[in-house]
Amino acid sequence: MKVRASSLGFALAAATTLGFMDLAAAQSGDKTSRTLEQVRARGFLSCGTNTGLAGFALPDDKGSWSGLDVDLCRAVSSAIFNDPNKIKFVPLTAKDRFTALQSGEIDVLSRNGTWTQSREADLGLLWAGVNYYDGQGFMVRKKLNVSSAMELSGASVCVQQGTTTELNLADYFRSKNMKYEVVAFATANEAIKAYDSGRCDSYTTDQSGLYSERVKLMNADEHLVLPEVISKEPLGPAVRQGDDQWFNLVKWSHFVMVNAEELGVTKANADERLKSTNPEIRRLLGVEGDFGKALGLTADWGFRIVKHVGNYGESFNRNLGEGSPLKIKRGQNALWNKGGLQYAPPVR
Amino acid sequence: MTSASSGDASRIQPPRTPFWRADWARGSLWQALLLAAFVWLMWSAIDNASVNMRARGVPTDFGFWNRPAGFDINQTLVPFTSSGSTYGRAFVVGLLNTLLVAFFGVIIATLLGFLIGVARLSRNWIIARLATIYVEVIRNTPLLLQLLFWYNAVLKPLPNPRQSVSLPGSVYLNNRGLFVPEPIFGAGSDWTLWALGLAIIASYVVKLYAARLRIVSTKRIPVGMIALGLVIGLPALSFLIAGAPLTWSAPELRGFNFQGGVRIYPEFVALLLGLSLYTAAFIAEIVRAGVLSVSHGQSEAASALGLPRGRSLRLVVIPQAMRVIIPPLTNQYLNLTKNSSLAVFIGYPDLVQVFAGTVLNQTGAAVQVISITMAVYLVISLVTSAGMNLYNRRMALAER
Amino acid sequence: MSDITAASNNGAPQAFVRTKASPDLPPPLAVGGIIGWMRENLFSSALTSSLTLLSLLFLYWYTPDLVRWLFIDAIWSAPDGEACRAPGAGACWAYVNAKIEFFAYGSYPRDMVWRVDLTLVLGACLAAWLLWPSAKRKALALVLFLVVYPILAFHLLHGLGPMLRGAMRGLADLFGSKALADMAASALPVVGTNLWGGVFVSLLVATVGIVVSLPLGVLLALGRRSKAPVSRFLCVMLIEIVRGVPLITVLFMANTMLPLFVPEQWSPDRLMRPLIGVALFSSVYMAEVVRGGLQAVPKGQFEGAMALGLNWWAMMRLIILPQALTIVIPGVVNSFIALFKDTTLVAIVGIFDFLRAVDTARLDPVWAGPTISATGYVFAATFYFVFCFGMSRYSMMMEQRLTRGRSH
Repeated sequence: MKVRASSLGFALAAATTLGFMDLAAAQSGDKTSRTLEQVRARGFLSCGTNTGLAGFALPDDKGSWSGLDVDLCRAVSSAIFNDPNKIKFVPLTAKDRFTALQSGEIDVLSRNGTWTQSREADLGLLWAGVNYYDGQGFMVRKKLNVSSAMELSGASVCVQQGTTTELNLADYFRSKNMKYEVVAFATANEAIKAYDSGRCDSYTTDQSGLYSERVKLMNADEHLVLPEVISKEPLGPAVRQGDDQWFNLVKWSHFVMVNAEELGVTKANADERLKSTNPEIRRLLGVEGDFGKALGLTADWGFRIVKHVGNYGESFNRNLGEGSPLKIKRGQNALWNKGGLQYAPPVR
Repeated sequence: MTSASSGDASRIQPPRTPFWRADWARGSLWQALLLAAFVWLMWSAIDNASVNMRARGVPTDFGFWNRPAGFDINQTLVPFTSSGSTYGRAFVVGLLNTLLVAFFGVIIATLLGFLIGVARLSRNWIIARLATIYVEVIRNTPLLLQLLFWYNAVLKPLPNPRQSVSLPGSVYLNNRGLFVPEPIFGAGSDWTLWALGLAIIASYVVKLYAARLRIVSTKRIPVGMIALGLVIGLPALSFLIAGAPLTWSAPELRGFNFQGGVRIYPEFVALLLGLSLYTAAFIAEIVRAGVLSVSHGQSEAASALGLPRGRSLRLVVIPQAMRVIIPPLTNQYLNLTKNSSLAVFIGYPDLVQVFAGTVLNQTGAAVQVISITMAVYLVISLVTSAGMNLYNRRMALAER
Repeated sequence: MSDITAASNNGAPQAFVRTKASPDLPPPLAVGGIIGWMRENLFSSALTSSLTLLSLLFLYWYTPDLVRWLFIDAIWSAPDGEACRAPGAGACWAYVNAKIEFFAYGSYPRDMVWRVDLTLVLGACLAAWLLWPSAKRKALALVLFLVVYPILAFHLLHGLGPMLRGAMRGLADLFGSKALADMAASALPVVGTNLWGGVFVSLLVATVGIVVSLPLGVLLALGRRSKAPVSRFLCVMLIEIVRGVPLITVLFMANTMLPLFVPEQWSPDRLMRPLIGVALFSSVYMAEVVRGGLQAVPKGQFEGAMALGLNWWAMMRLIILPQALTIVIPGVVNSFIALFKDTTLVAIVGIFDFLRAVDTARLDPVWAGPTISATGYVFAATFYFVFCFGMSRYSMMMEQRLTRGRSH
């Protein structure tokens, strides 16, 4: 009896110690300089996203993420693992996003972040392209009969604090010599709630954000997005400086999607296009040449991305455009040959 | 024991312990180790921080303090503009807003708390029950939930500016706040202020005189009435002599909203309401416990001396209850001040929302900003406890 | 009577002489029964009467509307927010019903929520063991609760760590068991903390706070009362600093400053950071609760222990702490209540607690409507109230038992 009790105690102590060490092991990650190797060793991509912005990154009730920013991570995951789901999504607030990337907690920050000079020069980040050209705008109630931001003098404006949005707002009203009242909230959710309850005349954020927040309002049709854009907001994925291979991988994952749209390769016809005679398509899908090798990938990485995620146009349409509740027009985000700004260098 | 050699049998030497087994030596060793561990921990934290901060391009100095802020704040007690004001100025604005809501919150919560505490002890069954329900519901739900509720409850029923509720005297109420006329003081109004100061000093003198009078004779003079007369009368007189140098700037509807006048923001009202009602429930319990702690014999003795019930409460029961009430009351005041940081959830520009929120985000100086914020609350706490301790000592001295 | 007689003998005019007894006063209307009770408790004076009437009027005006909104006009089941948006509709309980899993578990994978349930049930059993007044072997329960349970809970909730998995694989190789090898590969897959949410996270934060704060709080309290200068100074400093600042700033510190203070590879997980902040915060409050308990132990106990020749640690472990900790049980429960209410603040650093889940769910366009916010808040308030009120009743019961026990 005595022996059994003590051996039980020993087993318990051993399991406890092991458990404790596991706690520590689960905490600390390995640290090699090459992100791609880390991702491969870990078995999944760690992707920083918005905590919830319809069209860009939004989890459903079951925790499955979708959106334009999410698709970019899915493209990277497909290129590496041939599987769009080997991703751990880390929802980040505006406050935490850059520190999370700097500290190595995430591999890529795909969280509608604006590409600015100081963020690259001071914070040590690199923007791997622009997957959405945006600008800050205003939303108002239709019944206010306001048709331009120039008529907003004296208005109350709800805004999320701690973003460039808050600064642009101050600059805009100052430069136009108009008075206004700012009501700043810690999160976009609180700001939009206060706008909805009538606390503010206007709500301001990136125009894409306005469209995607509008569907959360009680009567979305009663609200209007004003035509003025008061800032340039090129949104895109960011990575840490110092790992050029990883930077290229993320950058070209985006370019593959844009090139695929330009060349008319879609998720549905990707298999069939493998037999295409167009040399550009053949290079994109890895039938000709081995363009993945230098990125540390297989030759068919482009094919994997298009096959699993689709091209840029498909992704846009599914998440933001006609195929979504947001119904945002392509506008500046149309391809360069259709009057927009989306332009990808060739794969060759 | 060689007692014979010492020649003194009554002196018994304790067994000599080697110094490494002596209590003081062991104790000192542990203390030294602890100190070393603490110093090492601090040093490595600072070392890590400096390495990490440099690697992440986080500013390590206080240079941001004098840089222009570039953002706006709605409720400001001192002038603040996005172009001309610095981050340091934003700190002052946030701090003043915190102090403002804490000051009024403490007053309202104290009044309400005493009222409800007494109501719980009321002989009226239904009043006592309602007070109990109030206390239990408030104390057992999170303050944050209550704040969100009040913010919605304050905002929802109010009309938009164009359909404002108009109250007499150019006072307007809408979902942007309460607008009241702003007094504008002309030349000579500082005399009124001087007169007020004079009146307060005079009242104090009267009080001292009354106290002496009570010792040497049975005569009593109505100190309260005289003081009231002085404090109201003197300033009023000087105000009239100076020719009533006061005009009012009434708010008027221009464009989207009212301009001019003094504005009370809905965020402020919701925060004040939530904090006062929450803290009042805790104060009520403290007051109840305090009153119950005074033995029944005291109030019986007071009424046997012929003191009416109101006076027996004021002169006998409350002073004794105060000794029990004050220490936990201090804690509640501090809690209220600290809880005012929940303002960040409803958009009231307090210290945490402005400084630890916007300024931290814009500058990235996390360590500096959070350290300053914590230091401010710490100082407020220490000053408040020091003040209340002083008051408590005075109350405690009355005991003997 | 003799005085009066004497007066009349003086021949002075007689003012009043009672010659016969005055009539009996009528009996009091009722001292017992409903009427008597009402006279006594509701209408004893003009002031109380008017207060009673005011209160009754207040109840009369508001209760019917409240009942109608909560129950009669409420929508109990609906596929989406259409019915709730109809004018005159009351609380939208259908929405709570549809979102209840989200409120409870956040985004935790639905096929694995049994892991959360199991953890909660185990924790509840252990807590009941500890808190049940007449339960036996509480020391064992305390060890299980403070040491074994946290580790078990971690592996259940988060998934098996790499070492345990490795150990299992090793065992499988040793015995050549295919079943064990399968288990090592697939048992309890990792569920990232970014999926955790809802009531489960609220309880987790509060429980971690309590589990950490019990031992740490005792240590801090002992340090604060000890005569050794360094330990006393450090403990007093920590306690006073953390007690002097709001929880929000502690959370900010844990979230943004902590990762800077540790080497980069140790940077804690996003959920771990607020947990560390909450644990620190609750520890210093626990230290003050325990200090109260230590002060309540009579001096004679210390002196008796010292007279027996026990050293400081033995005295504390065997004599003082068992008594002090029994005294502070109500205080500990009260701390837990306060902590549970305070868990709502972790939302500020992006953690998905219960209140945040309610707050987020009401923005769902499928359900959006005028009554959704109020319904969500009422549901959350009811949940917190039932939980906290129950706990506070328990703590009051314990307090009464303790005072009864000590007055003997």
